[in-house]
Formats: sequence, structure tokens, C-alpha cells
Amino acid sequence: MQAWLISNLVAGALFAGGIALGVAVRRNRLWREATGELARRRPVALGVIALFVGVALLDSVAWVGGVEAGEDVVAVLEAQSVIDRAFLGFQEKSYSAPFASAEFYGGARLAHPGRHPLGTDILGRDVLYLTLKGARVALLIGGLTSLITIPLALLFGVSAGYFGGRIDDVVFFVMSTLASMPGLLLLIALIMAMGRSTLSVCIALAVTGWVGFCRLARGETLKLRELDYVQAARALGVSEPRIILRHILPNLMHLVVVTFVLMFSGLVLSEAILSWLGIGVDGSWGQMIDRARDELSRDPIIWWNLSAAGAALFVLLLAVNFVGDAVRDILDPRTLRENL
Amino acid sequence: MLAYVIRRLLYGAVVVLGVLLFLFVLFFTVTDPDDVARRALGEKALPEVIEQWKANHGYDKPLWPWQAERATESLLYDHFRRMLSFDFGRSDADDAPIAERIRRGMGPSLSLTVPLFVLGLGVGLALSLFVAFFRETYIDRMGVFLCVLGMSVSILLYIVGGQYAIGKLLRWFPISGFDFTPELLPRFLALPLVVGLAAGFGSDVRFYRTVFLEETNRDYVRTARAKGCGEGRIMWGHVLRNAMIPILTHTVLAIPFLFTGALLLESFFGIPGLGAITVDAIQGNDFSTLRTMVYIGSLLFILGQILTDVSYSLADPRVRLG
Repeated sequence: MQAWLISNLVAGALFAGGIALGVAVRRNRLWREATGELARRRPVALGVIALFVGVALLDSVAWVGGVEAGEDVVAVLEAQSVIDRAFLGFQEKSYSAPFASAEFYGGARLAHPGRHPLGTDILGRDVLYLTLKGARVALLIGGLTSLITIPLALLFGVSAGYFGGRIDDVVFFVMSTLASMPGLLLLIALIMAMGRSTLSVCIALAVTGWVGFCRLARGETLKLRELDYVQAARALGVSEPRIILRHILPNLMHLVVVTFVLMFSGLVLSEAILSWLGIGVDGSWGQMIDRARDELSRDPIIWWNLSAAGAALFVLLLAVNFVGDAVRDILDPRTLRENL
Repeated sequence: MLAYVIRRLLYGAVVVLGVLLFLFVLFFTVTDPDDVARRALGEKALPEVIEQWKANHGYDKPLWPWQAERATESLLYDHFRRMLSFDFGRSDADDAPIAERIRRGMGPSLSLTVPLFVLGLGVGLALSLFVAFFRETYIDRMGVFLCVLGMSVSILLYIVGGQYAIGKLLRWFPISGFDFTPELLPRFLALPLVVGLAAGFGSDVRFYRTVFLEETNRDYVRTARAKGCGEGRIMWGHVLRNAMIPILTHTVLAIPFLFTGALLLESFFGIPGLGAITVDAIQGNDFSTLRTMVYIGSLLFILGQILTDVSYSLADPRVRLG
């Protein structure tokens, strides 16, 4: 299947999943109260995140055709997302400052004077466009990695904690092996070995990131296993998969939510570092920062590339961090500390 | 006690073997030697050239012992034997001996990471103690807000911004470079240190503050207050001491990684340490150097962990020897 079709499907599935999740949350009183409290405490941060998610969704919905021929030969044949279409044709030849009407070097007149609120980069691409495209990449890295990490960590953590014995030994050994390697080096080694692609970056981030949450899930399961209602269920002859599904997993859900939010900013920051090392994901803000490195030493300096990517990264992470703190306070004020 | 130490050492050894096996799977089967050769020589290299390259770099053997005529004639055996005897061989990229390179990189790395670690701990503790002293006030809220702000900025921006603002605009310190002579060393280290401290303070201060606040809710603090201790004395004399246990557990485990250097700081500021060697290895597809660095890093970490565990069981009678 073609990449753009998959992207559409993923965007649609995420949207449907989000609505289904919203309905599920509204049905459960505790979750409803928690989300209400969150919305009361952090309305601005939630709005900012919603804005980024919206941009990312707009950039994921793509289709072929509908582009006027003559503008761009490639664009006619390839699928273009909503964001792509909005910026189609606003191509310049080289650097231009924000809202400039002439090129930065040489002063040749721009094709679209005053239409680039954040200027253009060395190839004449609109910086606002590139920055908006980065939102999708950032959310993809955070989201896809979490989708790999959390089920995996839950599976291993819960089975190690619940069954103990051999399984626990094996899981614990794998965890100590992975945890003993320096995080960034392990990340780099994994990406180098698997080749450079978005998926391998996500898998590498997942392999290095699951240990912390797995340890947490294991510890919580160990505690839950001894609680009276679990003992009672066992005495009544409830089967073990059923105990895990009904009594253990629901009591770990708040940890899942908190981990997801707290992990997110770390993942995006790691990707920025990987981009700087040349093994990041194409189109990310990290790559924009990487490309803009030498621009500061030009004279006069070119600051808009770096500032745009840096500011977008900063605003998203700030919002996520604020929401993460609030989520932790609301859902779990005690057991979670910095052990993630 | 002795039995515990021995058991701990044995488990550490098993983990080292696990790390080696993981590295073998990653660097010999996920990317097999043919891939490595092709990346070094180019996609269109002739099969003979690739075979020659593999022979030169010692990759011309079967992977697993059961594929070879003798078990000792396999890459798995070679990998374990060499790593365990610290014979790291030569670099895949430029044939330089890796052990020699690491020995030379250790000094510059430590000269950056040790001051960074000590200063970071000191500054972080001082700031967080200050914030925790004014808990539940605007100073505290302001401090936490600043920490979250600091945590949301990518380290890349700290580095680029620091180089630009301090190195280029203010011209206080050289932008990059390194010199081991005592007069020049501080000048070259100053900028990376400032940037490293700025990049780390957010999460550190926040973590220390949580620990401090947790301690201030304990009973002994109330007792101290009841018998008339001043708030300052409670913070310095009682809370700081007790909070040091979780804080040290957290920080001691970071010490082994001081040896592997600071990847980004070193390569940005031109410090020829182990971090810069690793970055060069990434950019040059130098797999043998990369896996040696991972191996050394985890070896040091495992050793550090064993030492911490053993010293805890000696120092704290509550720790069970399980």
C-alpha cells in the first residue's frame, strides 16, 4: 500500500480511537472527574496540545490530484496533505527574512513578497510550513514509541510481578542487561544496526525506554497481587488471565496515563539529539535545528530557522510537561517519583 | 556477607555476558559483516573487495560456533574472547587501535564530566534547598516554573545559544577547542560547563526538591520544630542529611557514565574525549568502536552498581541481604 494511504488510515484510526477513548472516559466516574480536574487546572496547556494535534492530523490527511498543473510537476503526481496544499507554490530561491519582500543575500525580488511570516530557508522553503510539518513528526515519535513501549512493558512487568519465579527472573535479567548500557549509546547502537528510518528510531526509543515503566508495573503488580480482593478472587476460583484483566490491569491504568505523558517529552528531546547526530527522523524539528547550526555564524546572522524550530519544540514540550505534572498530581500523588 | 558479595558479583558477571550477547546479536546478525563492509566501501563495492575487507578486519568467519568446523573459529567466540580480555582490536573506519584511542580520550572526557558532575550536584542541591526552604510561597512556585521551563528546552538549543551568546556576542570564552595546559584548560572548559549546568539544572532541582519536601513532612521534622529548632537549622541539620540517602542513590549511579563522556558537549565544543570519539564513530559507520564504547559503559555501570549495593548493605542495617 502507498505511504499516503497508510498515513490517512492511521490518522483516521487515531481520530476514531480518540473519540472512543473520550466516550469511555465519560462513562467512568473516576476518569471523568480526573479529566475534568485536569481541564480546570491546565486549560491553556491542553489547548496548545490540541492545536499541535490538529496540525498533525491536518498534515496526515493527504490525497492525490486537485493540484493545478504547471506549478510543480512533482506535486501533481504525489499525494499532498492539507498543510502541503496550503503552502503549495510559495517557493522561493534562497534565504529571506520574515515578511521580507526581497532575498536576504543579493536582494533579488521574491516571488511571493511578504508572504513568509517566518522567512524561508536555504532552499527557499517556507519556514512556517516546515515548522508545521514538524508537529506531525514529533507526535508520531512520541505516540508510536509509546504505543510500542507501553503494551510491551505492561506484558512483561505484569507477568513478572504476578507469576514470579522463572518468568520474573528472566524479565529481571533482561531489564538489568538493558539498563546497564548507557542510554544514549544503546539508542545510537540500535539505530545504527537497524538502519536509519522513522520506524527504527521509534523501535530503538522503545527498547531503551520500556525498562523504567516495566520496573514500575512489576512493582505495582507485586503489591496488588497481595491485596485482599485479589486473594478473594483467587479463592473463589477466578482464572488467572481474568484476575489480571479485571483486577490488576485497571489498577495500573493511571500509571499508564502518567507514564505516557511524562515519557513523551523525553522521547521528543531524544529525537532532537539523534537528529543532531545525523540519525534522526526526516522532517523533525531536531533536523531543522541541526541544519540551522551554521547559520548563526553567518554575518548577518540567519536566526529564523533555529528560532522557529526551537520555539515549536519548546512550546509543545512546555505544554506537555505542565499537563504531565498536573496528571501526576491528580492521578497519583504518592507512588510516582522520578523513577521513570 | 561474603556470600552476598559473591552472589552479587556472579550476577554482575551474568549481566556482562548478557550485554555481550546483545551486542553480538545487534552488530553481527542484525547488521551482518557484509552490511558493515558495504557501508565502509560503498554500495557498489565488488564482492571480492568486500571479502578482502572482511578478511582484513577479521570478519571472515562463520557467525555461530555450530556453523564452524571448530567452535573457536566463529565470530561469536572471537567477540566474547576479545571483549572479555579487553583486546578491542582496530577501528572499522581507519584501522586505528581502539584501546589506544580510548586511553587518550579518557583524560579530556574526565576533565569535563567530573567538574560538571560535582558542580551540578552542588548547584542543584543549593538551589533546591533554597526553593524547598520557601515551600508553599511564590518563590517556590516560581522556582518550579523555571525548572519546567528549563526542562522543555532541547540541549541542542542550550549549546547553540550558549555558543552564540557567550562565545560570539560577549566573547568571554573561546567557542570551542581544547588544551591540556593548566593555564588554558579552564578557559576552554568554562563554556561547556556553563551550558551543561544550564541544560541539567531543571530536572535535577525539581527532583531534589521533591525529595526535600517529602522529608519535611516526616515526624522528626515536627519533633525538631516542637523542641524549638529554627527553620534554617531544620533544613541544614535534619532534612538535608536525611534527604541525601535517596539523592545519593540517584547520583552515584551516574558516576560510571562520567567515563564515557558527554557526547554532545564534547563534539560541539571540540573536546577530544570519549564522547567525541563516539560521535565520530557514528558518523563514520565505525561499528567496532561503537560496540566497544557500549561495552565499556555497561561494564563500568555494572561495577558501580555492585559497589553501591555492597556499600549500602554495609552502611544501612535495614537493607536485607536478599
